[in-house]
Amino acid sequence: MNLDKLLREKKRDIVDRWFNAVMDTYASDTAVIFKSQKDRFANPVGITIREGLSAIFEGLLEGRAAEQSASLLDPLIRIRAVQKFTPSQATGFIFLLKKIIRDTLHRKPDNGQVAPLLRFEDRIDALALTAFDIYMECKEKIYDLKVSQERNSIYRAFKRAGLITEVAEGEPDLNVH
Amino acid sequence: MADETPKPEELIAKINHRPAFEDWMQVPVEIRKGMYCYASNPKSVEYVGLPNPRQWNPLDEDWKLPENWKEILFEGFRERLEKFRTFKVFMDICVRCGACADKCHFFIGTGDPKNMPVLRAELLRSVYRHDFTKAGRILGKIAGARPMTFEVLKEWWYYLFQCTECRRCSVFCPYGIDTAEITIMGRELLNLLGLNIDWIATPVANCYRTGNHLGIQPHAFVDMIDFFCDDIEEITGIRPEPQFNKKGADILFITPSGDVFADPGTYTCMGYLMLFHYLKEKYGFDITWSTYASEGGNFGFFTSHEMMKRLNSKMYMEAKRLGVKWILGGECGHMWRVINQYMDTMNGPADFLEEPVSPITGTRFENARSTKMVHIAEFTADLIKHGKLELDPSRNDNLRVTFHDSCNPSRGMGLLEEPRYVIKKVCNHFYEMPANTIREQTFCCGSGAGLNAGEDMELRMAGGLPRANAVKYVHEKHGVNMLACICAIDRAALPTSMQYWVPEVDVTGVHELVGNALILPGETERTTDLRGEDLPGMEEEADE
Repeated sequence: MNLDKLLREKKRDIVDRWFNAVMDTYASDTAVIFKSQKDRFANPVGITIREGLSAIFEGLLEGRAAEQSASLLDPLIRIRAVQKFTPSQATGFIFLLKKIIRDTLHRKPDNGQVAPLLRFEDRIDALALTAFDIYMECKEKIYDLKVSQERNSIYRAFKRAGLITEVAEGEPDLNVH
Repeated sequence: MADETPKPEELIAKINHRPAFEDWMQVPVEIRKGMYCYASNPKSVEYVGLPNPRQWNPLDEDWKLPENWKEILFEGFRERLEKFRTFKVFMDICVRCGACADKCHFFIGTGDPKNMPVLRAELLRSVYRHDFTKAGRILGKIAGARPMTFEVLKEWWYYLFQCTECRRCSVFCPYGIDTAEITIMGRELLNLLGLNIDWIATPVANCYRTGNHLGIQPHAFVDMIDFFCDDIEEITGIRPEPQFNKKGADILFITPSGDVFADPGTYTCMGYLMLFHYLKEKYGFDITWSTYASEGGNFGFFTSHEMMKRLNSKMYMEAKRLGVKWILGGECGHMWRVINQYMDTMNGPADFLEEPVSPITGTRFENARSTKMVHIAEFTADLIKHGKLELDPSRNDNLRVTFHDSCNPSRGMGLLEEPRYVIKKVCNHFYEMPANTIREQTFCCGSGAGLNAGEDMELRMAGGLPRANAVKYVHEKHGVNMLACICAIDRAALPTSMQYWVPEVDVTGVHELVGNALILPGETERTTDLRGEDLPGMEEEADE
């Protein structure tokens, strides 16, 4: 059986195991809730991750370029970028898929799959790099918001009202003695 | 050949939390950057006479506590258990059913078990059991008790400032335990040791000194409002002439200073000015602003009952000084919770004022009989209901609006229908977010109760996720591009949250929408909205 067909057949099982592995990165009490609460508004983290992983796996099966999967990956990384994870922990869940796929194949020994498997794993690697790009974008956005929020609200209002006078060009430099 | 390549599961180290309900006490607190606010400025602490003013850093090992800090906390705890019956009851009756566990936006967003409301309350309860119950004293950990230590104190500080006192958890508690009240008490106790955050302490000091959080002095307050009048004149050809500190005016208007000094609240402020001008022209409405009671918000609420009372009293003292009949309050969050739930027994009843009656419609605002303060959403809804406002909702046709129930007006005073009624009358495109994210079940903006700082941005974004997730849903389903709210903290916090989670959506106050739709007597044809953006259908004219 060819690899893609096998993975497609096992998709549900693989995505389930991948989801559970990601949930294991949370505290056990938290994971219980994130796994069981089915309402997407009561449980945005669990649902976003579950649906995201499924769509991302589908993208891998279709051989979609990693950049194309970026929009699917973004909501997951955006959440994990503000949670209690190091950068590697926030993005490293992508690699968990490799083990799950290898385990799946182990149970179904079949020759001639090494080359397709390596190609599939290359796609996972590319996805992980994309995940890191998104993680950095999210963090940069956070830092940008940190520095800009005061300026964007209060400073802007004062400036609009003409209550802030900036140094105009051609004014004397008061530091020159 | 040995396989030296690390296995994927080795690459990602598992976070080894322990089960929250069994061993949570063993999980050491780690004060993480991005999750906490800077410690309070000692000058601000000193100005209002709070204890232990000094420079300190939460990341330092030495928090510069008074030597007898344990004794101070114990006495403070004892005093509050005697003074506040609710506190005592809330310490005793929780059965840890878990109904609240997954209802907190900070838990949902961070996934940290100590943000489950039950566990946040256990931080205090464990010490309560140890210090004030026989079972706890004798059985210790078996009875869920533990002594106060520096580690426990750090945990208190870290997690009590990861609660926005929004009270969503209390909606789901079968016993009606109000975890916000527990946070309030916990913060009071921390204040006894000088453990506050600067985003609360400095606004408190400013408000006490100049009357508003930013420390803006009366002349600058007038300058800002003058500037809004310039803008309104430019847009409509009509210049409102607001009154300041007018003795003998019928009504005193008080709004959070965020409406006067911070975008996008400033546009809401323009909406108020236009409404008051309209009512003055049409019906002789007599309302005054005050440059002294220039703040509706009350960060004393996040400090101690005494400080809340002190800051609240200035509003009523100003009403008394000016000799008005009653007070109209702007779009604010916790101001309304303080008014609706605490004012009456702190500074009330305000007998020197009259029971509020709308001078235009004759409606008697019976719910405000004792506090004498009416919410502007209710006031405006009443005007519209009686056909007193001429409106052109098509001027908001570029907006597809949803409404975020601000925690305090919704859960704290039951103001659910009035803002919706107003929005539907001034906008043609309104879409509700899912039922379990609005009204009494509304999700907090993630930055209330003094947490709207810059340095705790990760916390704010995580806490803002559940709200933003519902906004994202209506954005994708209905093309919603504007999030309306009736709280100044929301207007300051939600734009940031939207930029991270749903950048296509902007934030507005309800009275900005009113200002856009309101047809002022004698106005020229408008080409832009209050933000100076082209009105629908006016894009070409603006280009010419």
